Amino acid sequence: MTTVAVVRFPGSLDHDSAARAVEGLGASAVEAWHADPELPAGADAVLIPGGFSYGDHLRCGAIASRAPVMAAVRRHAEAGGRVVGICNGFQVLCEAGLLPGALRRNATLSFVCRQMELEVVDDGTPWTGGRAAGETISIPIKNNEGAWYGDPSAARVVLRYRDDLLGSTDRVAGIASAAGNVMGLMPHPEEACDPLLGSTDGRAVLGGLLS
Amino acid sequence: MVVTVMPKAGVLDPQGQAVAGALAQLGFGGVGEVRIGKRIELTITGDDPAGQAREMCERLLANALIEDYSVEVAG
Repeated sequence: MTTVAVVRFPGSLDHDSAARAVEGLGASAVEAWHADPELPAGADAVLIPGGFSYGDHLRCGAIASRAPVMAAVRRHAEAGGRVVGICNGFQVLCEAGLLPGALRRNATLSFVCRQMELEVVDDGTPWTGGRAAGETISIPIKNNEGAWYGDPSAARVVLRYRDDLLGSTDRVAGIASAAGNVMGLMPHPEEACDPLLGSTDGRAVLGGLLS
Repeated sequence: MVVTVMPKAGVLDPQGQAVAGALAQLGFGGVGEVRIGKRIELTITGDDPAGQAREMCERLLANALIEDYSVEVAG
């Protein structure tokens, strides 16, 4: 069974729903504490959940990206291990330099919480569950600083918003590292894994932790 | 030390735009661009406080992709 380490910083919010989602996929979830210099023994993959780590102080994800556990996440990623960062976790991965670009305040200047249609762009990573480029999946967003800024040609754009709501460069919703093993996205796949929530498309993304 | 961190020229500053709109609504004419950044005051002991402050900017206080910083000795 795949063991997924769910990182918890002060101010993380979505660790429980993320753990429930990966358990629903048949993996086991263990907590990785921000102050620990190592990942829990036996961790095969890492999930950095959403929330407001360190109160979003300075910049979203900036302080978390320098936390002791991130050195272990970096080693795991550099060894080819799978890492996904969701929302604040995406901000943390960008601030850590494990993914290119940065997340800025939404162009709407408001917290946006709604279901979003996402187009699969690069279908060659483990994070789209075999969906082909051009296919659409539906996953909610809930963020205030969700506008990705960067050079799309320097990133593997995996998911793009159908509608330009947040002011993200090229409508980018999620990107992967060059090798494809690190993924970051602002939408919340863990909130789209149960038919009760209206969509199970999130399983395609989180399935990348297991494959 | 005083560190000033500002959004880079060319990076959309929606906060500044919203404030510019509000100033215009209050009747302030002639307001062009408004840009909003941060001022960070640091007390640093040691040999090279300005150098240390610059290193802090490089490593944490500013994100070079979207922000510029400047370092001044507080007067």
